[in-house]
Amino acid sequence: METYSILREFADSWFLLAMLSFFLGASIFAFWPSLKADREDAASIPLRDDVAGCANACADCTCKSLFDLERTDG
Amino acid sequence: MDVAKLITLGLITLIAAYAADQGLDVAFRVHGFIVLLVAAGLFLHVLRRMDEPKPAAVLTDYNDGPVRAGVIATAFWGIAGLAVGVLIAFQLAFPALNFDWAQPFGNFGRLRPLHTSAVIFAFGGNALIASSIYIVQRTSRTRLFGGNLVWFVFWGYQLFIVLAATGYLLGATQSKEYAEPEWYVDIWLTLVWVVYLVIFLGTIINRKERHIYVANWFFLAFIVTVAMLHIVNNLSVPVSIWGSKSVQLFSGVQDAMTQWWYGHNAVGFFLTAGFLGMMYYYVPKQANRPVYSYKLSIVHFWALIFLYIWAGPHHLHYTALPDWASTLGMVFSIILWMPSWAGMMNGLMTLNGSWDKIRTDPIIRFLVASLAFYGMSTFEGPMMSIRAVNSLSHYTDWTVGHVHSGALGWNGMIIFAMIYFLTPRLWNRGAMYSTAAMNWHFWLAMIGIVLYAASMWVSGIMEGLMWREVDDQGFLVNSFADTVSAKFPMYVVRGLGGVLYLGGACIMVWNMWKTIRGHAPVTQPVSQMTAPAE
Repeated sequence: METYSILREFADSWFLLAMLSFFLGASIFAFWPSLKADREDAASIPLRDDVAGCANACADCTCKSLFDLERTDG
Repeated sequence: MDVAKLITLGLITLIAAYAADQGLDVAFRVHGFIVLLVAAGLFLHVLRRMDEPKPAAVLTDYNDGPVRAGVIATAFWGIAGLAVGVLIAFQLAFPALNFDWAQPFGNFGRLRPLHTSAVIFAFGGNALIASSIYIVQRTSRTRLFGGNLVWFVFWGYQLFIVLAATGYLLGATQSKEYAEPEWYVDIWLTLVWVVYLVIFLGTIINRKERHIYVANWFFLAFIVTVAMLHIVNNLSVPVSIWGSKSVQLFSGVQDAMTQWWYGHNAVGFFLTAGFLGMMYYYVPKQANRPVYSYKLSIVHFWALIFLYIWAGPHHLHYTALPDWASTLGMVFSIILWMPSWAGMMNGLMTLNGSWDKIRTDPIIRFLVASLAFYGMSTFEGPMMSIRAVNSLSHYTDWTVGHVHSGALGWNGMIIFAMIYFLTPRLWNRGAMYSTAAMNWHFWLAMIGIVLYAASMWVSGIMEGLMWREVDDQGFLVNSFADTVSAKFPMYVVRGLGGVLYLGGACIMVWNMWKTIRGHAPVTQPVSQMTAPAE
């Protein structure tokens, strides 16, 4: 068979199946019940403090950056 | 390190000097001269600072310098691109505006790609780069990866824009819509883009958040896919390395299909995926509410990615393209309606519970208008991709109206929201200088879009119907020139719409100027309105 026909047959069958399964997998992953808390947590990522300079605003302690604080989940 | 820089810059300067002198065409010689100036300037800059101590980088804060530069560049190119758009709109209405003294540079044919590239790649591209590096740092809670490499991306991208724009005016084009720059400009953009990918991916890898936020997924899809589209659609062999002309590797219908695979996905991944990344940050942030449904954002991300890439053939209905391919493009375009509306709904529903802010917060108003236009144009697009509808709409002004309701409405309005969101934050001002000016801008832009879209609908459908009208003997009733003269009033209205939209953008630039220069706000700060009692 010429290259076009081989690729065409592969694209129409196995690769299509692979892409569809990946998409269904991603959708199931999105709705996986035990990951519900993760989804809610991720949804509020933009709302976390975006001032990096001084995360602990106290008068005479050394400045601690947001980058240095390990985030506690939840 | 400095010595290596000097050697490289010196070599580039020499080669550019040779190109400026020996180039085979004007565009190439002018580009050689521009590169010569840039490289020689950088050479002197590096040389003069050789013995100065290098200040240690402050690593405890976000890297916002390039974002500031990006916001200003966005506004600058926005005004430039919109102004050229207004000019060519009036050139269509009044052909005398193709002034004899300005030929061939001021011709519609050369200014039109200047307008499209300036608004899409310069205005939109700078907004995307600035937003993506602002957002990826915040949502990953880490400093941008790669130190000063981001400045290479910023200035390298501006050089790409200047080379592309001057090339169009001087007649260097490979005649592919939205991919007009010639081979050496394409290679330069590829280099800049790869560095952009590296700093973006590096930042994500260094993240302090466990989860990669959905906005970053969209930005990553935008960066990776645009790289792929750009490389495949620009496969060409230069006629000479000292000239701008090149020959495409593909020919005939293969070339057309590659071009519209590129062209439609430039809409899909540049103007949609990247801008959805902006939407998924600015909407929750400005409304101060979490994303309505994070699950939906995952599903519609993957659906959009998998479907968009197939929609290109709908640009080639009734051509030499095989029937199955154009049907495939049409079917995928129609399915694409769903993930598009999922994104719109997710954005709008995020505002649930704070809808009152549409009245009080101009930024929210810009965002809602943007999402509304996104919804309208992603409904209109699938409809126009249907072969029967396309037989009426194709080659008419309806297409132009559709593109502009998406570009002025969805992309333009969200960029304005971005500028109003970022400007006070980046320059540590409490709020924009004038809220009243933001409202003026909003309404001027809205009326401008309505005039534009409505006149192009009328003009496009009229034109399509006139082209196909036959008398009882089967002869065509109208000549092409008849349709051109019938469209004149609509062309004037369209130009006026553009003037209003440009006027609004000028008010924005004045407002930015006042804010950045530190004038005290004349009205109640917007940022204080955005924190309601929960």
